Amino acid sequence: MLSKFLKGLRDGIPIALGYLSVSFTFGMKAVADGLYWWQALLISMTNLTSAGQFAGLSVMAASGPLVEIALTQLVINMRYALMSLSLTQKVDKSFSRLKRWLCGFGMTDEIFAVASGKLHSVTASYMAGLIVTPFIGWSTGTLLGAVAGNVLPAAVQSALSVAIYGMFIAIFVPPMKKTRAVTVVVAIGALMSCAFRFLPVLNSVSAGFSIIICAVAAAGVGAWLFPIDDGKEAQV
Amino acid sequence: MSSLVFFKYLVVMALVTYLIRAVPFAMFNRKIKSRFVRSFLEYVPFAVLSAMTIPDIFFATDMLLSSVVALLVAVALAYKEKSLLTVAVFSCVSVYVTEFIASILK
Repeated sequence: MLSKFLKGLRDGIPIALGYLSVSFTFGMKAVADGLYWWQALLISMTNLTSAGQFAGLSVMAASGPLVEIALTQLVINMRYALMSLSLTQKVDKSFSRLKRWLCGFGMTDEIFAVASGKLHSVTASYMAGLIVTPFIGWSTGTLLGAVAGNVLPAAVQSALSVAIYGMFIAIFVPPMKKTRAVTVVVAIGALMSCAFRFLPVLNSVSAGFSIIICAVAAAGVGAWLFPIDDGKEAQV
Repeated sequence: MSSLVFFKYLVVMALVTYLIRAVPFAMFNRKIKSRFVRSFLEYVPFAVLSAMTIPDIFFATDMLLSSVVALLVAVALAYKEKSLLTVAVFSCVSVYVTEFIASILK
């Protein structure tokens, strides 16, 4: 059990380091938007989500209504519900109801991607470890960005802004080599996402909703064209 | 921002985000039989991540060229199965270098 936990901690290190740069940007922006450093830190420690926090920040900065911040989070983070549902198919029997309530907190894009990429079933100890290191990285980065962000030159801030995309690319590109299905899913997701960005009418759909629509369509076409083999886990 | 207003935002934000993640994870307890649904759930992460990356990465940096370079560097390194960290760090470095060179040439 302990060794599984430690393995999780170790697998979480690259995620944590990737999070450092992204959360640094968040801390920096939060303070620039008028929050105190401890407020930025609290948001990161209680939310542990990238896109949602940035969107929440803009609602706060504009003094938007509470219902707007609730809806923004609901839409942007709805993808986590899909991921949680997806991961229920991979967890082993060690996952009691209580542990699921606890680990549910740590369902981020990257933690999910690493956990679901395991060929074996995921234990509660492993999942806990896999959440702890990124949580520390996300909080530390936010704190540093909030306290020291304004000393960074603009060129460095611009460079840091691609860190999160680099991480995403590192997750979806390798399986594209192994199965054509993932390549097709990734291509459809990217094309549709561009359509929602650039085409009239479609570009009035909010960012959160458009991601859900793109994901459901791309994964749906993938499942229809390339159903995974029965009896064995898909090797992606 | 005043503490009371801030805490209202914080609680709403954190609660909504937590429930979206935890409720499906904690309450859904059985193996899905449908081959279609299992395949669908298998493909969801890749669909989400590609839709979140393209085209947003092109608007992330100060200039379009540097984000294109970052995308190419990241894809090349990811294709060679480098770690999350390596890919993230080198895409940041490539943005910095590209913008630095562009500023000299300008």
